[in-house]
Amino acid sequence: MLDSQALSSLRLSLQVASMATLFIVLIGTGAAYFLAMKDFRGREVLDMFLTLPLVLPPTVTGYYLIILFGRNGLLGRPVFEATGWSVMFTWQAAVLASFVVALPLMVKTARAAIESVDRNLINASYTLGHSNLNTAVKVILPLAKKGIIAGAVLSFARAMGEFGATIMLAGNIPGKTDTMPIAIYSLAGSGEWSKAHAMVAVFTGISGVFLYIANRFGRRII
Amino acid sequence: MSMSISIRKKLGSFELDVSWEINNELAVLFGHSGAGKSLTLQMIAGLIKPDQGVIRLDDLLFFDSASGKGLRPQDRMLGYVFQDLALFPHMTVYQNILYGGHGISKTERLVRADEMIRRFRIADLRDRLPAKISGGQKQRVALARALLRKPRALLLDEPFSALDATIRLEMVRLLKEVRHEFAIPVVMITHDLDEARTLADRIFVYAEGKMVRSVRPDEIIPCQKPGGVQDLLQNSEYKLQEHASILPLPCSGV
Repeated sequence: MLDSQALSSLRLSLQVASMATLFIVLIGTGAAYFLAMKDFRGREVLDMFLTLPLVLPPTVTGYYLIILFGRNGLLGRPVFEATGWSVMFTWQAAVLASFVVALPLMVKTARAAIESVDRNLINASYTLGHSNLNTAVKVILPLAKKGIIAGAVLSFARAMGEFGATIMLAGNIPGKTDTMPIAIYSLAGSGEWSKAHAMVAVFTGISGVFLYIANRFGRRII
Repeated sequence: MSMSISIRKKLGSFELDVSWEINNELAVLFGHSGAGKSLTLQMIAGLIKPDQGVIRLDDLLFFDSASGKGLRPQDRMLGYVFQDLALFPHMTVYQNILYGGHGISKTERLVRADEMIRRFRIADLRDRLPAKISGGQKQRVALARALLRKPRALLLDEPFSALDATIRLEMVRLLKEVRHEFAIPVVMITHDLDEARTLADRIFVYAEGKMVRSVRPDEIIPCQKPGGVQDLLQNSEYKLQEHASILPLPCSGV
């Protein structure tokens, strides 16, 4: 069904989405915990910044990422000057783009799940002598588990499907940065419809499965 | 041991302003809903910070607004039984009890947990989740968990409110036993006059954020009006003002 080029795109997409999801779970869960549990000034502003990529066109997100991580970018330039390496047009750039675009789904879902944990249970843990960290690990996260898993699966599906920010940051280099959505774009552009049909069908199938799993886990909390 | 509190807290239009002191005894906080009883317990436990005041257990300063000193809830070492019991739904009965042994060596924790399980007769429930046990059993687990660390004081927020009369009696008996053995200050909220009279050494009557009366249980005049619960409730304000020495209390069970 898929030729070797399509399989390589699929492999790349899975690799990029897995790596992005790993960071999303670590950073997104931490951010969600912070937003749900800590009452601080600017909390909703931080939430807005983290979730902005959900509503911005991915090309705009990609544009910001170029400003930040491009060779002349705020962070990209010192890294390039120090190491001679730039993230631009590498598969890591695809990970970065997917991470930023899919992170809001994790933050929103996990924050809602953590906020829905009964406050009395958290207080009970504190009065029993447990620290914030211990309470988070032993009470809050296990009880918010379903939401966190749903967020991770949704983020993975979104990362798999990331196109706009990825093409701006990572480009379309065959065998290197052409993830499945980008490969499909190229095939459609060059009129190779039969190949595109097959990739679209496979991609839709994979995304559908992930959405189904996310719904199964998310049902209880959303 | 003695506990003294003098706290003030404003929450919207409600203001709590109470001061009282108890020795090594069981104090009941009695009053209508919204009078500030639960809020008092939460502030003793350190879950809510008073705007002003001092909370002290013996020489240990839990909170002092003047010096800005205070202890985190984790460091106050109090046993707190929440109104809804707050058993962790993802842990078995045994795990719930063990969770109460933070800061104790593992060997000691296991020994104490077994002791608690025997005392509260919950051996059969060890491996069950809280959702799979009855209300009375949950009470016992919550009490066992709160006592595992041998707390400095015990705070009970309407611990028996969800129980039927028979189990309630059993729990009252159990609490008396615990009181006798642990000999620590206990502050308990109840709406049940019988419970208050049976258990309390001292009753603090709360109304609208103030502690309006402090009485001994034998100072309470039981309800004399058969079937007159509603009348008594309606006249309670009158009784409070006219007969300052008696409590405006409804018949038990209200």
